[in-house]
Amino acid sequence: MSFAEPLALQSGASIRGYSLAYETYGTLNADKSNAVLICHALNASHHVAGRYEGQEKSEGWWDTMIGPGKPVDTDRFFVIGVNNLGSCFGSTGPMHVNPDTGRVYGADFPVVTVEDWVDAQARLLDRLGIESLAAVMGGSLGGMQALSWTLQYPDRVRNAVVVASAPNLTAENIAFNEVARRAIVTDPDFHGGHFYQHGVIPKRGLRIARMIGHITYLSDDVMNEKFGRSLRAPTLPAARGSLPPEGAGPARGGPSPDLREYLYTTQDIEFQIESYLRYQGDKFSEYFDANTYLLITRALDYFDPAIRHNGNLAKALAAARAKFLLVSFTTDWRFAPRRSREIVKALLDNRRRVTYAEIDAPHGHDAFLLEDARYLGVVRSYFDRIGQEGSR
Amino acid sequence: MSDRITMQSIAALVPAGSRVLDLGCGDGAMLDYLQRERGCSGYGIEIADANVHACVKRGVDVIQLNLDEGLSMFDDATFDVVLQIDTLQHLRNTETMLVETARVGRVGIVAFPNFAHWPNRLSIARGRMPVTKRLPYQWYDTPNIRVGTYKDFEVLATKNKLSILDSFGLQEGREVRFLPNARAGTAVFKFERG
Repeated sequence: MSFAEPLALQSGASIRGYSLAYETYGTLNADKSNAVLICHALNASHHVAGRYEGQEKSEGWWDTMIGPGKPVDTDRFFVIGVNNLGSCFGSTGPMHVNPDTGRVYGADFPVVTVEDWVDAQARLLDRLGIESLAAVMGGSLGGMQALSWTLQYPDRVRNAVVVASAPNLTAENIAFNEVARRAIVTDPDFHGGHFYQHGVIPKRGLRIARMIGHITYLSDDVMNEKFGRSLRAPTLPAARGSLPPEGAGPARGGPSPDLREYLYTTQDIEFQIESYLRYQGDKFSEYFDANTYLLITRALDYFDPAIRHNGNLAKALAAARAKFLLVSFTTDWRFAPRRSREIVKALLDNRRRVTYAEIDAPHGHDAFLLEDARYLGVVRSYFDRIGQEGSR
Repeated sequence: MSDRITMQSIAALVPAGSRVLDLGCGDGAMLDYLQRERGCSGYGIEIADANVHACVKRGVDVIQLNLDEGLSMFDDATFDVVLQIDTLQHLRNTETMLVETARVGRVGIVAFPNFAHWPNRLSIARGRMPVTKRLPYQWYDTPNIRVGTYKDFEVLATKNKLSILDSFGLQEGREVRFLPNARAGTAVFKFERG
């Protein structure tokens, strides 16, 4: 959907003539009271659920959660997925032409914040004729948007579902983002963000950014369980005569039976975890935009609703009117449970209605996208209640 | 002890319209009852996944938290009533949580199995740990890590300078005010900071 009128941004800049890619699932009811907005995190899009016809492996990024008969049941709710400004999945982003200059934005794309995204989403809802949301929901950075919705548009949100999120990033978290950004910015193919006109992509930087990200999305335990110290399958080494002996046991700490001798190499892949990270990095660098990575990690860094209240989150959340469901995962160290508890406490201080589930899942931050009966069960029941309550 | 009459007699101690915190709220039945029948509001605290889910199903606000970690999430006197119904016997930090209950709530209400109930005494006299309807577990598989009596609680409350507003035993859904320490399977105390 195109928006001609300028959108004022937190930075003081504005953006005009932009478009937002979105998808909807289910049917908006007569009194328009069953709309649920899904906010995405770093590398996701408006395609939250279902499959594109004739396309294998095109499931939406939250397909475990959203769809007919799923916890967020599209037979009952009208679900909206929207791609944020600055992203690279269809909405206006740094790879598009700036109407003011006639040139591709590149590094000149304005810095966007969580608040800006929420404002843009609100405009989309205006166009769709939806005054208020039964719920706004998101995980991680998406959870920040859901939280921000309740502060920016308190009267338009009846429920906020905030999963594996935080009221702001810690220094360590910003540090991870900065390492990823430096990897991109220092890639010679980045060209100060104007790589499009050079016909290149800073893939090296993107790969490393993604590798760092992936490490932080998993827990130590799950990484050890999945990869341990397993060596990469002996495709090459077979030629070197280092196949495992008959009946060799699995490598220590890992599931793989590819016991072989070390290659004693510093640059080739030795361990399975290296192979996995390189694969993830390669895949990511094929589809993700480098400027988008910078913009979205910056939006994460900047989010801090308490900043205008001298760091007092309770005061910041006083504006919220919605009911809240918060979920965190015990092994998530990037968006740790204690960060969710800060939000819970601030809501309690304001006597807001809040439910908090702390799921003992092994998968780290990734858990919010995975199937876990307890997690999905709580969300399902929460949405059942929303459905029963209907419009306010 | 989730039978309805018992729940009602404890609920009767909670003033209508109170803001309630229910520590170890289980499946949320008590809060649900207080919200529907007595116009109360509030939250449950629960550690077990299945109970958290049951609360969400009922529409009872619940916060998943291990009570052994304390109540630092809650400020002083932010609730009219803090409940500990059949929770105390599962806590490692029973005394701390008792003080915390009185700190966070203007009034605390505690109910727990009274180990001095006469059938329990009889069993001990026979040389065996009691296994009753109220204490249905064998000594080796009980989730109750504390056993205490009605009288024991009075001593603990005094030690912590809590003033007892009301106390009685519950047996077969009836209040026991005469010799509750011997005649009731459940001890109930309503108290405030002294």
